[in-house]
Amino acid sequence: MSALRDRLASGAFTITSELSPVRGGSAEAMKERARLLLGWVDAVNLTDNQGAHVRMSSWASAIAAREAGLEPIMQMTCRDRNRIALQSDLLGAASVGMTNLLFMTGDYPKFGDHPGAKPVFDLDSVTMLWTARKMRDEGKLLSGNELKPPPSGLFLGAVENPFAPPEEFRAARAAKKIAAGAQFMQTQYVFDVAAFERWVGALRDEGLTQRCSILAGVGVVRSLRALDFMSSGKVPGVSVPDFVQRRLRGVHPDSVGQEGAKLAAEVIAQVKAMPGVAGVHLLTAGYEKKVPELLEMAGIAGGRGPVEAPAPDVAAAGA
Amino acid sequence: MSSGPVHVELLPGPPADWQPGPGEPRLPRPTEPRLAPRSAYVVQRFVKPNWLNRRVGALVERLPLARRAFTVAERKSKEDLFGCRMCGQCALPVTGYSCPMGCPKELRNGPCGGVGPGGACEVYPDRRCVWVVGYERAASRGHADDLRRLQRPVDHRRFGESSWLNYWAGRDDHLWTDNDGLASPPVMGDHQ
Ligand code: SF4
Repeated sequence: MSALRDRLASGAFTITSELSPVRGGSAEAMKERARLLLGWVDAVNLTDNQGAHVRMSSWASAIAAREAGLEPIMQMTCRDRNRIALQSDLLGAASVGMTNLLFMTGDYPKFGDHPGAKPVFDLDSVTMLWTARKMRDEGKLLSGNELKPPPSGLFLGAVENPFAPPEEFRAARAAKKIAAGAQFMQTQYVFDVAAFERWVGALRDEGLTQRCSILAGVGVVRSLRALDFMSSGKVPGVSVPDFVQRRLRGVHPDSVGQEGAKLAAEVIAQVKAMPGVAGVHLLTAGYEKKVPELLEMAGIAGGRGPVEAPAPDVAAAGA
Repeated sequence: MSSGPVHVELLPGPPADWQPGPGEPRLPRPTEPRLAPRSAYVVQRFVKPNWLNRRVGALVERLPLARRAFTVAERKSKEDLFGCRMCGQCALPVTGYSCPMGCPKELRNGPCGGVGPGGACEVYPDRRCVWVVGYERAASRGHADDLRRLQRPVDHRRFGESSWLNYWAGRDDHLWTDNDGLASPPVMGDHQ
């Protein structure tokens, strides 16, 4: 069963974080990275070959993260697998007790380390969520064939970018995902708090924040180089508004990271005060070790802190 | 010459900035429709299934040669007007007449999160996202809500078929939900 679902249902402010799988074939390496977040966040997203770069598969990393004591959210993109493989992997994940699944369309292969790869995109994020809900609730595959037994207890997640054009359609797009089955939704980097508030407001007006928990994406711009990269237009879906750029470029180049963390902490405080926002999703971009510092700065670290890794047998019973 | 085991070496793939060449036939590319939104919705009134085109469709379907000619005519006109890729299950009536199969990810449920600040396609930044174009066109004629319908997965067996014949014969009826899809959980139905 999903501890993430319980946490969100309790109404407590929830913190999730990205945890990128390692480029390598060792569960131990994965666990080492996972331990940096232990005790600090409520759940971690194991990305699925993020940015179309090959990494350890999200299901294997999710098992490693669980063994390290974290609550995993397994991501699945529609980029690399058709409907046959996606459904089969979903069943496999369910069979080992992975209940938090998050679906997205995925970045195009050209952005990754194998730009000549064949893009699949057989389903999209909406039809994939819809399929997962059908598997759980109707106990059937997309084809109508019965599942014995159906995957139970699945908690379905989605993502949305409230800031990408057409902006007026973004709440409707989120609504489609919620209708299809999304129960929680994480967003792209929130820099423009006003635009984010408009988007959440539109969902709230339709009563959708009651049906789906919204987690605002927050990340730290760590350096001038990172800022240049993020605002270059080369990272799909990421754009840094001018007023944020001016602020970060206005400080001494050595303190951009500090200013970036301050900015992120401010964003966290602002979204935390917004009705309809269930928590934040930390976009760590590989810097998991900076998470504690950010939470302290934002003043939401209360009661959180490093904990001892659980003994292996306890972790195995986590399913 | 060394003896010993033969080493099979994999060479690196194409360079990072590799792009499919122009006119690449297999990969979809966003194409802006040439038929103005207003005209598109006027034409819709005639293409919608009615007694006349249902009968024409039934007749054409019975004659293999006529069916082929009809399909070629559809291809030629829709390729030119919409960049149609003959998926055989046309979404145009509910996408502001911007063909979603021109999206490199073939998304039929709206734009991905990668649309650039100016509305540029994530994959081909020199072109506008088909959904940015579609939303603009639909909204300009009061049809923005069409895009809220949930589209079911594409049936890849139908590529190359005439979508008009499929439309008139009722084989397209399940393609999308009503736009009340939000109220109660919409039904997916069974799809191979
Ligand atoms: S038939 Fe398919 S490919 Fe052709 S215009 Fe319609 S949606 Fe696009």
